Amino acid sequence: MKENKTRTVKFKIVDILLLIFMIFPVLGALLLEILTRAPSKGITLTGAQIFIQIDMPIQKLYITEAQVNSWVVVVAIFFLCLYLTHGISAKAHTKRQLLLEWVIEQTEKLVNGNMGEAFAGFAPFIASIIALSAFSSLISLLGLYPPTSDINIIAGWAMAVAGIITYYRFKCGPLGYVKSFCDPIGMAPLNIINEIATPVSMTFRHYGNIISGVVVSVLVGAGLQGLSQLILGSIPGILGEIPLLQIGIPAVLSVYFDIFSGCLQAYIFAMLTMMYVSGAFNIDEFEIRKRKKALKKANGGN
Amino acid sequence: MLELAIGIILGCCALGAGIAMIAGIGPGIGEGNAVAKACEAIGRQPESKSAVTSTMIMGCAIAETTGLYALVVAILLIFVAPGIMVDVLVSAI
Repeated sequence: MKENKTRTVKFKIVDILLLIFMIFPVLGALLLEILTRAPSKGITLTGAQIFIQIDMPIQKLYITEAQVNSWVVVVAIFFLCLYLTHGISAKAHTKRQLLLEWVIEQTEKLVNGNMGEAFAGFAPFIASIIALSAFSSLISLLGLYPPTSDINIIAGWAMAVAGIITYYRFKCGPLGYVKSFCDPIGMAPLNIINEIATPVSMTFRHYGNIISGVVVSVLVGAGLQGLSQLILGSIPGILGEIPLLQIGIPAVLSVYFDIFSGCLQAYIFAMLTMMYVSGAFNIDEFEIRKRKKALKKANGGN
Repeated sequence: MLELAIGIILGCCALGAGIAMIAGIGPGIGEGNAVAKACEAIGRQPESKSAVTSTMIMGCAIAETTGLYALVVAILLIFVAPGIMVDVLVSAI
C-alpha cells in the first residue's frame, strides 16, 4: 500500500514536470515577444521580426520570430504527447488515455478512408501535420506571432510534402517516374507544370487564408479605435482615452479567423497532402514491379 | 520630380492591388454554387449531411485558391512592391 502511494507521488511529480516543460517554451516566447516588440499604434502590419542574422556563403540566414515560435510549438507538442502517453496501460482508465485513443482512432480512420490500406503507416505523419498547423495558428490567441502567417514556414511544409510526392513517384523506378508524367501522352508539359504548382498552391492556400484573417483583424481593430475616439473622445477625463469599442468586438472576429479558419486550414492541408501522395503512387504498377523483381531474384539465385 | 515619380509608383501599386482583387468574384460565385448544390443534396438526403458538408468544405477550400492567389499578389503590391520599386528608382537616379 505504501509503495503504491509513493509511486503515485512520483507519477504526479513527473506529470507536473511534463506540464511545466510544455508551458515553459510558450512563456519564454511570450517574454521574448514582450521584450523585443516595439509599441505600435494604429495600422501596423509588419512581418516577423528578425532576431539573428548569420552570414552564409550565398545569402544571410535569418532566424526570425516565426521560426522561433514554430520551434516553440514543436517543443510544446512534444511534451504534450509525452504527458498524454505518460502512465499508459492496456486497460484505458484515465481521461487522457481515452482522449489520445480517440485522436489516434480518428486519424487512422481518416487516413484509411482517404489513402487506402497501402498507406496505413501515414497516420502519425498526418496527425503531426494537423497538430503542427493547428497549434501554430492557435498560438496567436496568446498574442504571439503565428508561424503560419509567415509564408516561409508553410513553404517549408509544402516542400516536404512535395519531396514525399516525388519519393512515391520514384517507387515505380526511374522509368515509372517519367511514365507517370505522360499519362495522356500529349499532356506531359502540363503535368510537369502541375507538379511544380502543387507546393506553390498549397503554400498560398494556407498562407492566404491566415494572412487575410490577420489583415481584416488589424483593419477592424484600427477602425474601432478611430470610431471610439470619434464618439467617446469628447468625454473629459481618462474615460475618453480608453478605446472602449475595441473591447470584445475583435474577439468575435478572432473566433472565426483564429480558431475556425486555423483548424480548417490544418485539416485541408492534411487532406490535400493525403490526396496528392496517394495520387502520386501507382499501386498496381508497384505490385507488378515487385513481383517481377522477386521473380528475377529467384531466377538469379537458381 | 522625384516626388511625382514616387507618387506615381505608390498610386499604381494601390491601383494594381485593387484590380487584382477583381479575381475575388470567381471564388464567390463558385463557392456559392457549391453551397447551393450541397443544400440541395442535404434536402434530398438529410441522412448524408455530414459527408456532404465535409466534401463541400473541402471543395470550397480548393475553389478559394484562385482568390487567394489574387490576395497574395495584392498584398505583395501593397507592402513589398513600393519599397523595391522606389529603391530601384533612387538607385537609377
